[in-house]
Amino acid sequence: MNVETNSKILTTLTREKAFYFFTSIGNYTGMNALSLKEFVEKIGEVSVKSLEFHLCRGDFEKWVSDVLQDNDLASEMRKLQKLNLTGDDLRSQLSLVASRRLRNPTV
Amino acid sequence: MKFRNDVLALDDVDLRILGVLQEDARRTYTDIGKHLGMAHSTIYDRIKRLEKYGVIRKYTTIVDPEKAGAKRIVALMTVYTDPKDSETVAEKLCKAPEVLEVYTSISEELLVMAKVVAEDQERLHAFIANSVAPLSGVLRIRTSVITKKFKETSFSIFNGLTKSTLKKQTRNIGERKKNER
Repeated sequence: MNVETNSKILTTLTREKAFYFFTSIGNYTGMNALSLKEFVEKIGEVSVKSLEFHLCRGDFEKWVSDVLQDNDLASEMRKLQKLNLTGDDLRSQLSLVASRRLRNPTV
Repeated sequence: MKFRNDVLALDDVDLRILGVLQEDARRTYTDIGKHLGMAHSTIYDRIKRLEKYGVIRKYTTIVDPEKAGAKRIVALMTVYTDPKDSETVAEKLCKAPEVLEVYTSISEELLVMAKVVAEDQERLHAFIANSVAPLSGVLRIRTSVITKKFKETSFSIFNGLTKSTLKKQTRNIGERKKNER
């Protein structure tokens, strides 16, 4: 994990790079995350339907990998996808993984 | 030349000509003249005037995407916006090649509605997620993919007219022809 990756995790992104929460194809909830910190917050607020939609599509993994450029967190997201979690179990696990990364950005 | 509120006032002859052209824009002046019982020179003058004042905007070709082998999905997208940003959102949507039509409306909230076309659902979602959701002032989006088309027609000069008005117009032109004789 290099210094550049650390800065991506902690930075505030532009609107174009933000994560936008949808519940299905083309249905935007109005919630977005401009940083990993906001992402953790929004995971706790957005509907479970949205979390399930993005997890099964691999959107979280893709955003973390492409935008935040954090392969370690992307790998954790991929593991969650394979567990087929749903509902509040998904919300809590997703929150746990992302917030743990936020607390330890250099690990 | 008659104008009402800066709009060219159309008489029943103009309306009949527009009706014929909207059915088939390739009909000749002579053919239209025969159909309406008028001289082709009259039809020519009327059409040129309708073109000059922008009543006739253009003559185009309607392509059936399926028969042309172009598989597409079409969706109706409703974008809920901050009132101060709605015009900007609408203008930006107009610039996207994926967007076919854009409208604004006020209901309980300010809305921008758009008809969107994409190769498949994934590309439709990518367009909305990457190009619409990030626009400043977009509050949320609802999108419905069209599964079956029951009717599609462009604006006709006769749209919205009741049968009695249509009959009246037909009668007017009949009487006009009698008087001319």
